[in-house]
Amino acid sequence: MDLTVKINDRTFKNPVWVASGTFGYGEEFKDFIDLEKVGAIITKTITLNAREGNPPPRIVETPSGMLNSIGLENKGIEHFAKKYYPFLEKLDTRIIVSVAGRDKDEFEKCIEALEEFSPDAIEINLSCPNVVHRQTKHKLIAQDPETTGEIIAAVRKKTKSILIAKLTPNVTDISEIALAAEAGGANALSVVNTYLGMAVDAEEMKPILGNIVGGLSGPAIKPMALKVVYDVSKKVKIPVIGIGGIMTGRDVAEFMLCGAAAVQVGTANLADPAAHNRILSEFEEYLDRKGIKKATDLVGKLKKL
Amino acid sequence: MSKLIRKTQKIAIISNKEVCSAHFVMELEAPFLGENSAPGQFINIRVDEGTTDPLLRIPLGIHKIHEGGISLLYKVVGSGTQILSNKKQGDQVDVLGPLGKGFDVARVEAYGNTPLQSTKQDPEAILVAGGHGIAPLYALAESLAEKKIKTTFLIGVRSRDHLVCVDELKSLGAEVQIATEDGSAGYEGYVTELLEELLKQVMKGEVNGDSQRARFSRLRSGQEGQSPGEQQTMIYSCGPRLMLRALSKVALENNTPAQVSLDAYMACGVGACLGCAVKTKDGYKMVCKDGPVFDSKEILWT
Repeated sequence: MDLTVKINDRTFKNPVWVASGTFGYGEEFKDFIDLEKVGAIITKTITLNAREGNPPPRIVETPSGMLNSIGLENKGIEHFAKKYYPFLEKLDTRIIVSVAGRDKDEFEKCIEALEEFSPDAIEINLSCPNVVHRQTKHKLIAQDPETTGEIIAAVRKKTKSILIAKLTPNVTDISEIALAAEAGGANALSVVNTYLGMAVDAEEMKPILGNIVGGLSGPAIKPMALKVVYDVSKKVKIPVIGIGGIMTGRDVAEFMLCGAAAVQVGTANLADPAAHNRILSEFEEYLDRKGIKKATDLVGKLKKL
Repeated sequence: MSKLIRKTQKIAIISNKEVCSAHFVMELEAPFLGENSAPGQFINIRVDEGTTDPLLRIPLGIHKIHEGGISLLYKVVGSGTQILSNKKQGDQVDVLGPLGKGFDVARVEAYGNTPLQSTKQDPEAILVAGGHGIAPLYALAESLAEKKIKTTFLIGVRSRDHLVCVDELKSLGAEVQIATEDGSAGYEGYVTELLEELLKQVMKGEVNGDSQRARFSRLRSGQEGQSPGEQQTMIYSCGPRLMLRALSKVALENNTPAQVSLDAYMACGVGACLGCAVKTKDGYKMVCKDGPVFDSKEILWT
């Protein structure tokens, strides 16, 4: 069975990756799964300088999902390079570093700082719902096609690494943003980041999250995420990486049938630190059962009703 | 990263009984957890397989630790604990653990072993439980009893119907004092008020004879090379956040160190998602990895 996926010149051993922010810096999960079976590890988003994150509570469970408002807490790029990258670098799998910035300038500086250790790919997080972005009248960069295109084009000039733009579904027409990212030079798109939401405690008459609002993830968003993948993959020529509530091998297949070249397992990692390896083997069983020899043969192969 | 012994495993339930209104004790057959858990650590339990609601695990403090496994004491507060309460003997649950940093017992033990103090009084532990916060403190009380450390156990509950473990704690040799909010048993009021009273007595030497008072006067006059904070009493506590905040204040006013076990909304349990943040003097720390037990002076109580 051939599970490999190609994005530009890079081959990934399988299409089941892990999503940024749900897998720490990989090391946290080494006791529970074989990290080298992960198609690509996407790190928790790092920023140029340390960020404190949002006030607690930062997470709350909702029906078949969860809301988070972590707020990109991280210790900055230098700390990442010293403390976390050496472990990741030794793993025999692809490492994708997720970065975020408040504006173009900060994104550029981040990419420059990453150049010394040339990761396999960089995911540009334009869509964290829990932080304030500058340079756009919108709350999130990826709500603004112009700024999205501008930032991708700017970082494109700074690196030869594969660039993946991570987009938000909290827009009227995501295709417009997807096309802007593609035009800016992105090599792939990750869709979707979380859906904005909130949770309320009626007894206390208060919001539950410290940040009041947060991002919804988990199986609750899967139907919406599938639709985004289905729509966007028909509009752009670059590969689309599907994210949104993947809990089983069959979910992986659903996203690939809708047009995803690969997927990222997110919230499932938080429910079960051993989730990834289970989902991958379920996906292999699915392919086997369907008599599919190449995983990529599934991509966009949704049959007509 | 420090070396941790932890894993996820399917564990059979030996028993699951309601011990008082909405409070259950679940015994788990888990030699791995029995051998590797320490008082104050917790497990993250998945109550149902093959469903997405509930989605996340529930963090529960380890209540008792023995060779063959552990037991959990939990209160039914939401849909997850409701499902857990319906489990029967022989059912399996998926358990991740043991997790987190537990109570520091070595510190109170050390009081008894330093030459400076060996001629004086024995070290003493005061355990303060609020509601089902008694869960992890029981394992600690057992451990302290084994080490023959004098233990006073203060229990605060809403009403006498919520009292658990009292006889068991007494048979461990702990002195048990009870506070109920409605006055249906013991002292009427908050357990932190009981603690304040007890600490005053300790300071006056009414509880432990004269030696502590004598030691304090020497400390004040600088005859001993220790700060007044380094005394022989240690408070250990678990309960609602507001109670722990009040307790922290009482401990500080009485110059007594306190270790508090915090509860938080939690997801991964392994320090990856940074969801269970608590504000400390050194910025945010994670309840799952840096705690759940913290020095009360570290926490910025809000």
